[in-house]
Amino acid sequence: MEIDTTQKYLYTDKDWEQAEGATIETLRKLSQQPIPDPDKWLDEEIARSTLLTTVDAVVDWARSSSLWPVLSFPACCAFEFIATAASRFDISRFGMEIIRASPRQADLMITAGTLTWKMAPQIKRIYEQMAEPKWVIAMGACGISGGIFASSYSVVPGYNRIVPVDVYVPGCPPRPEALLYGIKMLQKKIGKRSSIEG
Amino acid sequence: MTQTLSGKDIAAKLETQFPGSILESSEAGILVNSQTLVKLAAYLKTASGFELDYLNYVTAVDYYDYFELVYLFTSLKHNHSLVVKTRCYGRENLTVPSLVSLYRGADYQEREINDLLGIKFEGHPNLRPIFLWEGFEGHPLRKDFLA
Amino acid sequence: MTLKTEPFVLNIGPAHPSTHGVCRLKARLDGEVITDLECVFGYLHRGIEKLAEERTYTGIIPLTDRLDYLAAMSNNLAYCLSVEKLAGITVPERAHYLRVIMAELQRIASHLIAVGAFLNDCGAFMTPILYMLREREKILDLFEMASGQRLTYNYMRIGGVSQDVPEEFLPALTKFVDEMPAHIDEYDRLLAENEILLARAKGVGILPAELAVNISAGGPVLRASGVRWDIRKADPYTIYDRFQFDIPTGTVGDCYDRYRVRVLEMRQSIRILKQALEQIPAGPSRSAVPQLVRPPAGEAYARIEAPKGELGFYLVSDTSIAPYRCHIRAPSLINLTALRDMIVGWKIADAIIIFGSIDICMGEVDR
Repeated sequence: MEIDTTQKYLYTDKDWEQAEGATIETLRKLSQQPIPDPDKWLDEEIARSTLLTTVDAVVDWARSSSLWPVLSFPACCAFEFIATAASRFDISRFGMEIIRASPRQADLMITAGTLTWKMAPQIKRIYEQMAEPKWVIAMGACGISGGIFASSYSVVPGYNRIVPVDVYVPGCPPRPEALLYGIKMLQKKIGKRSSIEG
Repeated sequence: MTQTLSGKDIAAKLETQFPGSILESSEAGILVNSQTLVKLAAYLKTASGFELDYLNYVTAVDYYDYFELVYLFTSLKHNHSLVVKTRCYGRENLTVPSLVSLYRGADYQEREINDLLGIKFEGHPNLRPIFLWEGFEGHPLRKDFLA
Repeated sequence: MTLKTEPFVLNIGPAHPSTHGVCRLKARLDGEVITDLECVFGYLHRGIEKLAEERTYTGIIPLTDRLDYLAAMSNNLAYCLSVEKLAGITVPERAHYLRVIMAELQRIASHLIAVGAFLNDCGAFMTPILYMLREREKILDLFEMASGQRLTYNYMRIGGVSQDVPEEFLPALTKFVDEMPAHIDEYDRLLAENEILLARAKGVGILPAELAVNISAGGPVLRASGVRWDIRKADPYTIYDRFQFDIPTGTVGDCYDRYRVRVLEMRQSIRILKQALEQIPAGPSRSAVPQLVRPPAGEAYARIEAPKGELGFYLVSDTSIAPYRCHIRAPSLINLTALRDMIVGWKIADAIIIFGSIDICMGEVDR
């Protein structure tokens, strides 16, 4: 087979890099304020006590018992997440059997690492490709507020500038037990959620 | 132990080979004129007695009036090393010859210095930003960069 | 009749199951065969060198942990050696032995992940890495006993180590050192002559010796290509000249050699640990160093043989409490220089394992 070298690419490397740079700069300008946490369920505590149907309860139990995380491993917290998934601190006993590489098949994003502005559009894209319902756990100090790197010129001060976060797990890196506790919190939150969905 | 070649001992020998190249020499290393850097490095790479075939690192420091580039060469055969420095003066339009043609290991390191400090390397095949994105203003490692 | 085709650009990454961290590989393909490859990094560039200029010398130690986060003890050690060289601080004997013990344990832990991830990429989806992680958990227990942390230890200090190890540590370490060779034998039994591994990794991604020296490669990548250069023997730091150990080298420089060198290095690390356990004296674990270290004006470069290559810190001091410039010579970045040479001509699946066999850590590449 012969490669046809007369056909040019649609864009050169330089154009591609400029497009990437432009995306990063626009996202940076738009993300100056953190996205508010989805915590409407706190207000609806009173409405909750009336009429929780069994169908809702079963659906919530199913959702919270088989959360599948998406594979997104920027930095050091990734290895604590991998250790949580390994045989000692097994997360598959909590239902997170499979870590899906494709965001379309996942419903939980555990942000395991520092987010830089260069990576931010990619994380946003992964989050947007996940199907509803979806949740985000901000793992580690870098996920909550930028951590030890918060004052750097290229680090996003917390994932909640880019995606709405449901549970924050502090630590640098958080121990596997801490991450499991965060996951239990999220499962409880999912259980309370359907009462506000209607 | 890796023996550090003393700048003083070899300065005279190098000065006869490449007149005008050695600006200063001390126990720690030699300071060379940036124009003669490539010729000197080519000589040091193959000359018997030196054979400095391994480039450990290339880095640059911002000293306000000038930028100083530091190179460390090692010879794997003789187990000795030499520190070579060169300077470029001013803040704008800084150029230094590139060592990529001799040592390919300098490739990414020179791109990093260009990206973070703003020094251009003549003869580098691919001097594009490596860590920062297109559209980032300024050079972060400079002393006058305020985040 | 000839078919005219166009080259196809495939973007592997930055978020990809196999890229070890966030790294984009832009590959130009002709069918399945890669004709050109470019590596784009910066997705984890956190500006550590700039942050280091704003912190005190001791305050930089936690930052160095997060460089190569799989070998945090080694990073701490390289940095502390550099400051001690700059300031002329000596370290007590017991601290030297503790540092060597921690560094060698860290080498084993890092190589376990390197080998496990390499086999993960080869297709043995999770089994080898789960075995390796089981051993690594034992090492992490030892580290937690000594420093309180599992991944980013912040254990070394300028002038020694931050605290002496508790009394359970040395017996637990003896037990680990006695059991570990049996586990490495178990891995060898399953993997060393494994048909699939040989078919996928032998002869793939060859890095010739002259090219390896020219690109300033280091660590197992350089040694697998046949160059016998190990900083622990060539330029010994702390007390490595008191131990007897060999330097495993490969012959061809393909993926299989890199994998083999790492497994053999784990065995040599156990040998060093046994000798250190016999020789360790009692005494202080840290020399008296002021809270805010102010080294005299000057510069220093100190390097160690980190699990991934030559890790060095170049520090410039201007007598204040923070360094004027801190440059990190990152082995993973420099080992990646020849990636294009190693990958062009192979297929995409081979590209993933060649990239994995170099064993990089993006925290170090991007800093």
